Amino acid sequence: MSAPIKETIPAPAGRPVAQAPVRPGDRRGEGVVLNVFSHGFLALWALLIVLPLLWLVLSSFKTDAQIGGSAFGWPHHWSFDVFSRAWRKGIGDYFLNTLIVLVFSVPLTMLFGSMAAYVLARYRFWGNRLLYYFFVAGAMFPVFLALVPLFFMVKRLDMLNTYQGLILVYVAYSMPFTVFFMHAFFRTLPTAVFEAAVLDGASHTRAFFQVMLPMAKPGLISVGIFNTLGQWNQFILPTVLMQPQSGSDPERYVLTQGLIQLQQQQGYASDLPVLFAGVTIAMIPMLVVYLSFQRQVQAGLTSATLK
Amino acid sequence: MRKGQYRFVAGFLFVPVALYVIFVIWPYIQTFGYSLTDWKGQSQTFDFVGLDNYKALLRDDVFLEAIWHNILFLVFIPVITILLALFFAFMLNAGGRGKAGGVQGVAGAAFYKIVYFFPQVLSLAILAVLFNAVYRSDGGGLLNGALIKVGLVDADNPVEWLNEPNLVLWALMVAVVWQGVGFYLVLFSAAMQSIPKDVYEAALIDGASRNQSFFRITLPLLWDTVQTAWVYLGIVAMDMFVLVSSMTQNMGAYGGGPDHHSDVMSTVMMRNFLYYGKSGYACAMGVIMLLLTLVLSVVTLRATRRERIEF
Repeated sequence: MSAPIKETIPAPAGRPVAQAPVRPGDRRGEGVVLNVFSHGFLALWALLIVLPLLWLVLSSFKTDAQIGGSAFGWPHHWSFDVFSRAWRKGIGDYFLNTLIVLVFSVPLTMLFGSMAAYVLARYRFWGNRLLYYFFVAGAMFPVFLALVPLFFMVKRLDMLNTYQGLILVYVAYSMPFTVFFMHAFFRTLPTAVFEAAVLDGASHTRAFFQVMLPMAKPGLISVGIFNTLGQWNQFILPTVLMQPQSGSDPERYVLTQGLIQLQQQQGYASDLPVLFAGVTIAMIPMLVVYLSFQRQVQAGLTSATLK
Repeated sequence: MRKGQYRFVAGFLFVPVALYVIFVIWPYIQTFGYSLTDWKGQSQTFDFVGLDNYKALLRDDVFLEAIWHNILFLVFIPVITILLALFFAFMLNAGGRGKAGGVQGVAGAAFYKIVYFFPQVLSLAILAVLFNAVYRSDGGGLLNGALIKVGLVDADNPVEWLNEPNLVLWALMVAVVWQGVGFYLVLFSAAMQSIPKDVYEAALIDGASRNQSFFRITLPLLWDTVQTAWVYLGIVAMDMFVLVSSMTQNMGAYGGGPDHHSDVMSTVMMRNFLYYGKSGYACAMGVIMLLLTLVLSVVTLRATRRERIEF
């Protein structure tokens, strides 16, 4: 499994130079040159990350003409009106749709994924290994393989352009990684605690919900962040499943879909500040979540690749 | 196992397995069947046409060109991303002034890691809007604007990054690399930090330079992770749907312009499915994508196989 992400080794600040052990072949000269060089590169890349994002946020305060004129103008007047305009023009709805779906899909993913993983990790029964590989195999196939039949499956269930349809599909497609990750986690939990609970008269179900699941909390947080980000940023599944099916159908675009929709409308009615404001609004929750759980986000996402 | 346990196990597995079979496994299997039909998707009537769809694919220039573009992505996206990420990861974890043993990050490493990783949590949709603005084909685009400022580009004749047949793939690649480097940097950092420090110290005492300790110690010990990164980036390169479909000009629908110069398999497939209504044909493309993905994984794992180093 993944190596736990540890703190960066802190650079010993202010270490007196005189204390540095002088060894034969001391390469202090090389160090200085390389350090300037590497710091330059590191700072440059940081700028390349931050500047475009700042520029985009700044652009939402400009007018359309100003955006087209030059890339480097400063906004003439700072007005937050554009954000409420973007919110009214659809971002609010898209935001709400995404939220409605996620409020159900993430907890259900965690619940069903943990249940399956728990049983597969801790109970012996015929076909256990087979079922486990069956679950994990789903992570290997490109989602494009399933798209066409998936569309017609959801259509047959009469769930196209509905929240419940997208929720169920999200849960199903999050299953491989969730089962894989939680399976590994449940395996490491001590058996003694479980046995004590059973001796005290807890049923298997109760032992799971009141003893094992709480013990698996660190794993749940990691995989929960992974699923939340993944489902929040999902684009292909809603593109196929959340299109209004007739003229009277309500538009239930999720945020990612809505942003692309807004962007493609730019060809007809140019209102770039609204688009940029929309992106800014979409970025803020991500930024807040990321900065508050930065370590867990990095650990959760990187452990997803270390299969 | 007692009877009650069986009921418990079955009860816990029922819903997850049912959901998974209905929405994931069954569609995966159905694709193979549909790919052998001429299904238009409008009605339930379709005929079995055998391998006709696959034969048609071999003559479909747009799809063949799309495969070629995927292959280009497959070569360049992993190489560039991994090299940059390795370089930064080494700097941040072992690039500090090596007086006290040569295994410390440069000052501010934690800060850099936070900043570099951030693009990874942004959705591809946001990435698409951002880079569309950056690549704007007039002075209002960040890239053109900057190049005009320094005098490299003529203000009356700016570069149309996304409309130049020779540039569009590179422009898309830059966006992917921009987003991905931070993630792989963190991935490699985690692996580097699990390398025992005394390995480096021993090398230092033996007089190894920074380059030597990177190529002789860090890289070999990191090989497993690099391999994983390669497969993962390969999957990204096989997809590319969001960026191509929303950043390049529409050829009918789902991007791919100018004149199919940026079409990838996923966009061609979605266009055939949702725009032309050729469901059976689109399924055949899905199967080809699966085969290529499997070939890619096997080749990568074989080609990069080394002896596992225990530490």
